[in-house]
Amino acid sequence: MSTSNGATRAEVCIVACAEAWRGDGEVLASPIGVIPTIAARLARATFEPDLLISDGEALLGLGTWPVGEPPPVIEGWIPFRFIFDLLYAGRRHVMMGASQIDPYGNTNISAIGDYRRPTAQLVGVRGAPGNTVNHPTSYWIRKHAPRSFVPTVDMVSGVGYDRAAAADTSAIRFHELRRVVSNLAVFDFATPDHRMRLVSVHPGVTVDEVVASTGFELVIPPDVPRTREPTPQELDLIRDVIDPRNLRFAEVPG
Amino acid sequence: MAIKRMTERDVVAELSSGMTIGIGGWGSRRTPMSLVRAILRSDLTDLTIVSYGGPDIGLLVSAGKVRRLVYGFVSLDSIALEPHSRAARQAGALKVTEYDEGMLQGGLYAAACRLPFLPTRAGLGSDVLRVNPHLRTVSSPYEEEEEEELVAVPALHLDAALVHLNRADDTGNAQYLGVDPYFDDLFCMAAERAYVSCERIVPTSELTAASPVQTLLIRRWMVHGVVEAPNGAHFTSCEPDYGRDEDFQREYVRAAADPEAWAQFRARYLDVEEHEYQAAVAARRAEAVRV
Repeated sequence: MSTSNGATRAEVCIVACAEAWRGDGEVLASPIGVIPTIAARLARATFEPDLLISDGEALLGLGTWPVGEPPPVIEGWIPFRFIFDLLYAGRRHVMMGASQIDPYGNTNISAIGDYRRPTAQLVGVRGAPGNTVNHPTSYWIRKHAPRSFVPTVDMVSGVGYDRAAAADTSAIRFHELRRVVSNLAVFDFATPDHRMRLVSVHPGVTVDEVVASTGFELVIPPDVPRTREPTPQELDLIRDVIDPRNLRFAEVPG
Repeated sequence: MAIKRMTERDVVAELSSGMTIGIGGWGSRRTPMSLVRAILRSDLTDLTIVSYGGPDIGLLVSAGKVRRLVYGFVSLDSIALEPHSRAARQAGALKVTEYDEGMLQGGLYAAACRLPFLPTRAGLGSDVLRVNPHLRTVSSPYEEEEEEELVAVPALHLDAALVHLNRADDTGNAQYLGVDPYFDDLFCMAAERAYVSCERIVPTSELTAASPVQTLLIRRWMVHGVVEAPNGAHFTSCEPDYGRDEDFQREYVRAAADPEAWAQFRARYLDVEEHEYQAAVAARRAEAVRV
């Protein structure tokens, strides 16, 4: 543990993910995975109160409730077909996972290896192609390693900056990758050519460690700050209210 | 008025090898599993299946029924990956047309509206266009500040659609009582012939006696056959009648990992009639209670 207030790595990751939604206002925060789910609820409970959050099925919930439980108050109905309508309208910011991500933010959740006969068949592109060209997208990569941060992905599911640019106007118009959070660090694409840039390293992680775990060349500023630590209020919300069953440690041990 | 009551066997008798069949539900949710099991027992083969895929895909693939899968994902929801379809893909034994989830909806909607295609932004820049070279783009015919070139999702015409709902009457009006309609109405409208299985067939007047009229998702003009199939979505969920049978789903996944275990699973649950399947499921549950 290398935070000043005893926050674990999982909790640092949650806060880093929550920060993705800062400033979003009245949009649907769509988290995929446990850490992003905790993060979205934390963001709304603290600095982004107008976010809309679903129960993972078809209900929009009000309040701050534990992962794995139903929301205390239902404020709306959002079946899958309406999620499509809403994403076409752009009122959504999704945080997805990915098995592979490349320097321009292309991601793969479909298949590893030769597409006709993959070495590992994954879930399928799901909504990633549509999400990424319609509204802001962020990523949570739970295991930062050369096999997940790769020079090129095998099957572009989520669209990155270079591919959006090559596809021209209609793909660029609403395309925006906000940030990538891994178990080691935070990244964005705020560079002239939209190559992935190291934004901050989590407490206890060195820049060298991030570089060694990344299968491509990152843009690294001269001074890399540490990812901010959770506040005492955030830690209380995570531990006592949102994740009392400690499900976060299944995604990020320790 | 036409009475459309049928059995699973009657439905399968109206299908033929080589057909394109759409299956409703979403992942491991409200899937017409008793109809899928009936296909497993038939000699149908060479099918093109269109689905927001779950165990329906796994079972049909494992039985060698599928020539091509048109899909956006295959998942068991509480278990991320479906083992049979995964193994078939990794063996190079399953052809796929992989679309974005919204593209699949667009294709079904185009077919339902008798349009050749619908435009969408989804797919642009992704490898969905690379692995589906039949896909074309279309330019906006209207003047824009910036010219728009969009993916033209081709209509996904279905020979047949299979969906499972909570209640129906015997003319084909069908009702969902859970929180999500999924895309079952689109599947039915995109199909030449649609077959609805349901937990219970009730008199028409009963459909709105305790539920708002908005729950009547499927209208009889969309439907060719209605099958009463209690527990017919098992082991997927059919809220509020029952949730997903997570324990059974885990057994399905465990069995899929081992040929001998799968042979036993098949013998107990698949190489039998639907009522025997339901009896085996009930017996399994009783065993679990005793243990």
